[in-house]
Amino acid sequence: MATDPSILDTFFEECEDLIVALTEGLTEMRDGAEDDETVNAVFRAVHSIKGAAGAFALDELVGFAHKFETVLDELRSNRLTTDEKLLRVLQRAGDVLADLVEAARDNIPANRDQVDPVLNELQAFLGAEDDQPEEEFVFEAMTLDFDSAEDQSGYLVSFRPSHEFYACGHDPALLIKALNELGPATISVDETALPDDFGEFDWEGGYLTWTIEIEDLATDLSILEIFQFVDDLCDLKISPRDTPPPPSTPQTIETEDLPDIVTTAAVEVAPKEEEKPSADAPDAATPSPGPKADAKPAKRNATSLRVDPKRVDRLINAVGELIINQSVISQRLEKAAIPNASDLFADLDDYKLLAREIQEGVMAIRAQPVKPLFQRMLRIAREAADGTGKDVAIVTHGENTEVDKTVVERLADPLTHMIRNAIDHGIEAPEQRKAVGKPTQGVLTLTASQRSGSIVIEIADDGAGLNRTRIRAIAVEKGLIPADATLSEQEIDQLLFAPGFSTATEITNLSGRGVGMDVVKTAITTLGGRVGITSVPGKGTTFSITLPLTLAVMDGMIINVGGQTMVVPISSILESIRPNTSDISRIGLNGELLRIRGEYVPIVDLADRLGHPRDERKMTERVLLLIQTEAVPQCALAVDDIFDQRQVVVKSMQGNYGAISGISGATILGDGKIALIIDPDAIALNAAPRNFEEEATHVAAS
Amino acid sequence: MSQQAEAPQAKQLEFVTLVAGGQNFCVEITQIREIRRWTPVTILPHSPFHVLGVINLRGAVIPIIDLAVKLGFEKIQPTERHVIIITAIEDRIVGLLVESVSEILGVSADMVRETPRGPEDPATRAIQGIIPVDDDMTKIINLSALMPSLDPVAA
Repeated sequence: MATDPSILDTFFEECEDLIVALTEGLTEMRDGAEDDETVNAVFRAVHSIKGAAGAFALDELVGFAHKFETVLDELRSNRLTTDEKLLRVLQRAGDVLADLVEAARDNIPANRDQVDPVLNELQAFLGAEDDQPEEEFVFEAMTLDFDSAEDQSGYLVSFRPSHEFYACGHDPALLIKALNELGPATISVDETALPDDFGEFDWEGGYLTWTIEIEDLATDLSILEIFQFVDDLCDLKISPRDTPPPPSTPQTIETEDLPDIVTTAAVEVAPKEEEKPSADAPDAATPSPGPKADAKPAKRNATSLRVDPKRVDRLINAVGELIINQSVISQRLEKAAIPNASDLFADLDDYKLLAREIQEGVMAIRAQPVKPLFQRMLRIAREAADGTGKDVAIVTHGENTEVDKTVVERLADPLTHMIRNAIDHGIEAPEQRKAVGKPTQGVLTLTASQRSGSIVIEIADDGAGLNRTRIRAIAVEKGLIPADATLSEQEIDQLLFAPGFSTATEITNLSGRGVGMDVVKTAITTLGGRVGITSVPGKGTTFSITLPLTLAVMDGMIINVGGQTMVVPISSILESIRPNTSDISRIGLNGELLRIRGEYVPIVDLADRLGHPRDERKMTERVLLLIQTEAVPQCALAVDDIFDQRQVVVKSMQGNYGAISGISGATILGDGKIALIIDPDAIALNAAPRNFEEEATHVAAS
Repeated sequence: MSQQAEAPQAKQLEFVTLVAGGQNFCVEITQIREIRRWTPVTILPHSPFHVLGVINLRGAVIPIIDLAVKLGFEKIQPTERHVIIITAIEDRIVGLLVESVSEILGVSADMVRETPRGPEDPATRAIQGIIPVDDDMTKIINLSALMPSLDPVAA
């Protein structure tokens, strides 16, 4: 079982959910929620991870989760009190646990340097508690059968197996035997429910109720552990035998009253020393692994569905084809010029609407809230703040904004860089903040919102703002710009994204390797997005990432370049122009400039740039598309003709061919032919380096 | 040789024989997805000489490679009569333009001879082995060797 990769995959998928629950709970605790439910939720998450990890023999994970869980257990039984320090350690423990899960998934050894300190800190809380070592004895005591510890009491277990319990082939005798091993137990059975007439007797019917009284048991965890695989198959009541000491009250879990997930999670809790007997116990209790393993996920899946993303992608592809097919049909019909075809076209329109509806529906499947991403970012921010010794509060807004799954996945790295940068370079050290009259705690705001067909993610800090003089000086020093270049504030800000640019005087291990921001930019550009910076000195800096809602469909302008049909994303086109002779001026050998509203804009001949035969017609007979990209403020693309504006389904070229400079993908047109999609940024950028200087100066001059 | 062919334990292999650059070659049938007539391609900018462009194969974008050029022969001037062999090389689907496809050749594995080593050129490097057929012989093309990972594309 442990070697079956699909089960392991499911485990890691579940771990992801559990870690989300864990992070959420910890955040709530940090925000002051001290109710038992929150603590319990966190505890259950950690515990479930531990339980399942144990089944796969992920020892490091189990070891850590165990310690973590023990501390949480102390907390939920009020033996520890929530304070700043504990919360901080718990947060870090949550982070480390997530790391360990990741390490286990990727099958790489965990980073002990990160794990051990946290483990020690957790241990410190346990060590501070006097009854912890005693508790260790408590358990041995249970197996060895002698008394100790303050809150030893006993538990009353009453369970009535259901019809399903027997149908799955479980044997109550084994459970009872396991319970009996926990401590001296008194077992009684209530057979009053048995039918008098044996003719009515159903051999799988749950007629019997057992009551088991276990003495000298400090916690109900080991009992839950025994029942972990059958708790939804029987009526289970666990209550302390005597009037228990008040702290342990919240521990009493009435399994039947809790939703399924709760019992699943709460089951099988155990301090380390319980490990041995408990490992045996579930074994004994569950002789038939098949049905019990199936029983639980069935319930959980009721609310959401786990689907392999590949299936969704296939569906998206098929729907894309459907839409293309629809436009093929409508083109054919138009050509066929059938008389009285208006009804036919009306129907075709309906078909189109339906296809679009399906498409939207399928896209919605891929959409995911940015919440998990933001939670990861919270953690990154926390670590960065700890690492730099700055006091930073992290605020998130719009966590429920939904974005395409791929976008969510691919945003993680760029966001990490940006958040680290914001904390490392953006927010000042506490003393500095005090000196300028700001609160010592910096604020980093992470916002996601939807704005007309795009997703905007903003990372705002309330730090010192960009030091433009310094950025400029560094750019000159690194040879990125000539010393005499006159740049606008915006252009200076954009220098941050230049490859090899780093403002950090000393290289910290957080950021400042000088690879950060250009990598960020590339990553976002590949997603079809843009990054913008606004910065107010003394007030802070805001980076905003604008992304398309989906990667699969795009509004494009269909153009003709050197005899090839191509697509330019509408999002980057400002306007299309048919220039007059007077608007065109020559610069250099082949360069041409377009004058538009008093500004001079470089013209890039798209055919030339793509290696197609050059159109010999004059610029005035061709069409210029004025585009705007992050790299170059404005640029005019010379194309041969423009045809149409329509929605296209984006297909990646990378799988079968590889990346092509200047091309972001391909699409299939109504006639079934492939049209390549232009990447305006790359086109403008590759045209830019050689005339960056002129451009910089002429922009300044205009 | 004929006795060897009758040996029952020898593994049976099937190859599709084709003509590229005027010579006989063959490709193992398991690597072939389908065979299509030539259709005009969409040209890719900055593509290497042997890459003709891409076609739409039921919604997938498939690059088409001129096998003759790739093997070092003269460029094929594609017409309606030319054939595209759609192959699956590792995870990639690539179409190969060839002059013609002739037949399916079933041979036992022990009939495949090692390539005699002589001076190397693009064609000989891509040959995995040779199979004698009647008076003639055909050469097995190692597609994975011919198309290593992703073609580096000139920017």
